[in-house]
Amino acid sequence: MSDTTPLAVDMRGITKQFPGVLANNHVDFSVRHGEIHALVGENGAGKSTLMNILYGLVHPDSGEIVINGKPAHIGEPRDAISLGIGMVHQHFMLIPVFSVGENIMLGREPVTGPDLYDHAHARAAINDLTKRYGLALDPDARMGDLPVGLQQRAEIVKVLYRGANYLVLDEPTGVLTPQETKELFVVLRDLVKAGKTIIFISHKLKEVLDISDRITVMRRGRVVGHLITKDTNEEEIATLMVGREVLLRVDKKPANPGAVVLTVENLAATSDRGVPALKGISFELRQGEILGVAGVEGNGQSELMEVIAGTRHASGGRVLLGDRDITTYDARTERDAGVAFIPEDRRGTGLVLSFSIAENSILGRERAPTFSWRQFVLRLVAIREWARKLVKEFDIRTPSIDVAARNLSGGNQQKVIVAREMGSQPKVLLAAQPTRGVDIGAIEFIHRQIVKERDGGAAVLLVSAELDEVRSLSDRIAVMYEGRIVSIEPPDTPEERLGLLMTGGGAQKGAA
Amino acid sequence: MTALGDVLHLLFTANLWQATLAAAVLLLLPALGGVISERSGVVNIAMEGMMLTGAFFGVVADLAWHNVWLATGVAILAGGLMGTIHAVVSIQFRADQIVSGIAINIFAGGLTVFLVNRIYGLQDVGHVGQSELLPYINIPVLDQIPFFGKVLFQQNVVVYAALVLLVLTHVVLFRTRLGLRIRAVGEHPQAADTAGINVFMLRYGAVITSGLLSGLAGAFLAIGVSNTFVPGMTDGRGYIALAAMIFGKWTPFGAFIACLIFGLGEAIYANNSIIHISPYLLSMLPYLITLIVLAGLVGRSTPPAADGLPYVPGSE
Repeated sequence: MSDTTPLAVDMRGITKQFPGVLANNHVDFSVRHGEIHALVGENGAGKSTLMNILYGLVHPDSGEIVINGKPAHIGEPRDAISLGIGMVHQHFMLIPVFSVGENIMLGREPVTGPDLYDHAHARAAINDLTKRYGLALDPDARMGDLPVGLQQRAEIVKVLYRGANYLVLDEPTGVLTPQETKELFVVLRDLVKAGKTIIFISHKLKEVLDISDRITVMRRGRVVGHLITKDTNEEEIATLMVGREVLLRVDKKPANPGAVVLTVENLAATSDRGVPALKGISFELRQGEILGVAGVEGNGQSELMEVIAGTRHASGGRVLLGDRDITTYDARTERDAGVAFIPEDRRGTGLVLSFSIAENSILGRERAPTFSWRQFVLRLVAIREWARKLVKEFDIRTPSIDVAARNLSGGNQQKVIVAREMGSQPKVLLAAQPTRGVDIGAIEFIHRQIVKERDGGAAVLLVSAELDEVRSLSDRIAVMYEGRIVSIEPPDTPEERLGLLMTGGGAQKGAA
Repeated sequence: MTALGDVLHLLFTANLWQATLAAAVLLLLPALGGVISERSGVVNIAMEGMMLTGAFFGVVADLAWHNVWLATGVAILAGGLMGTIHAVVSIQFRADQIVSGIAINIFAGGLTVFLVNRIYGLQDVGHVGQSELLPYINIPVLDQIPFFGKVLFQQNVVVYAALVLLVLTHVVLFRTRLGLRIRAVGEHPQAADTAGINVFMLRYGAVITSGLLSGLAGAFLAIGVSNTFVPGMTDGRGYIALAAMIFGKWTPFGAFIACLIFGLGEAIYANNSIIHISPYLLSMLPYLITLIVLAGLVGRSTPPAADGLPYVPGSE
């Protein structure tokens, strides 16, 4: 790249103040033509704000933006689009009930006659684009029927159709399987070859190292590092992101499994939509071990956890705790029996957001004699003492225990749930997506707590969409596919094999 | 004659179906408005109030100026004004759309009674002369077709207009760029916004259009079917239109079929003199059918995904 070529994107001294937060503090961010530039940082570091400013969704308080050497005024997405900036949002901007073609055309629809939508032209335009960039897509398919990987592809084609030269991808791999991620990376490299420039937002450091040319690291609204990918490593990036050294590998001793605590036999259940979600699940979980469940989301993992936790009915099979049949137990009796549950949707089912930390810390245990008199009058002093203890032990960052859960960061919300569930000293801990949307620092902490729980003799069942998490925490890995456990693998199983099993491929090894 | 025989006999009279179509149109106009508004993502239960306001101002204008076309225009604009209020409250200020709708319905009821007293004192509002009503028009030649001529081609001018609007609404919503954008805004406003579509403008347009259509229905009611204004004369038709919209799965033709069923009930009730079943039982029938149908016989009726959700730019 010669020095005379102007930068593709040059953002200088960007500052944006939100009520109570300085989201961007004199941020300088520059991207060269034809590179894949990774923008990394923890939640709340200011990445999204910076990109929303570039795309015209947020207006900066000060600073300037220069696109391809020319100062740019980006008041709304339309301006960004006309400057050749395209954004693939983390939460897809797709309409499930529209066709692929309508989704791609939206906002720039071809018309004939008096404003009539021109299907033939739309189809031709899409076929032309998909051919040029090697992105196979059926323009007539209903968007909602496509797998996530193809939906994302449609998002990319949508951006290309608008003539984007600079593509911003916000956490694009968060929803993808390992195989889909690989395919995405092939696509991104092809796009660069075709002359496009890519900004890749992520907090998955392995992927960043794999795909990017240069890296900008943000922390608490500021840029804390400009790195060249080939000269850096995961540890350096993580340290910059968090502001201290972070242990990326989970440090744990080999498991020392004891007696069988939880037995699941031939379990069946249906999903919310009434279709079979579990089709005969069997496994045993022992004291002092972590059994990780890997799988593409939507293959029955959520339902499995809910049935064991007592929030969903089983339509067949049994769940035994020791030798007690707990299949028909509800959430409350499960808890009393010693099963703790970290649900995957922390804002919906894990917490009451408008309740304080103190109130949330006893949810589900409010009848215990420690916390209430005759299961009727709350012992407020004891509850507050308990909450303070949890806040201290689990390093929950909050000004006080009276703060509403809504006002905590995602990581701290998750810590409240983890603290509450582990605080009951359970025999079985069910952890569903325990670190979803949580920062590296908090992930490290939660992982350590889960291992500590195992070492204390609890049996842990872990469900996670993050293959890395399953592999680093588990002592055994069960792979789920379409409501069945297709295989139970050792923790050092290569990612490729797990990925294959997760998508229905691979040899059918005997399930335990 | 048996009761069943009476009903069968009635079902084969052209008079009944002529009345059915007219009654259905009275519901169809606000229902089309509802479809447009809700397709854009704004819940609209205010058709009742918009229609009532239109009916009142239509009569006032007709009595004052003795010009039915001018009066109809005033009625449409009055409905549109109520639509604008609903739009400002629910789009601009992001208030709860159900509450805004209820408020408009109550407000319209109170406002019209107040104005009747203010303008006409305690007397009657007065009657509009025959020549100043929305006219019935027989389409030459076609109106001579046996049975269908009477049902379809000896109707009020508003009936013809409504049938044209029905087709137009369908074509606009499902065949044009404008319609694609309206539906996009109702399904996923963020997606539409990032595609460079003006969410607020489209929603405003849709909600105001629903007011205009309801205003026209009000005019048809007060200075077409009837010749005066009576407080509360819409008699729940705005709500029945709402049911028709849901029954019809938020599509113009679906809503039309529902309106025909309701209209048939009304027509049978109005022609009850020749049958020997309690007219009250008969008038109940369409609603009973609706309850059964809505309970799951036609499958679940799914509203637009963002229906009722105010749009906050930059949110997710």
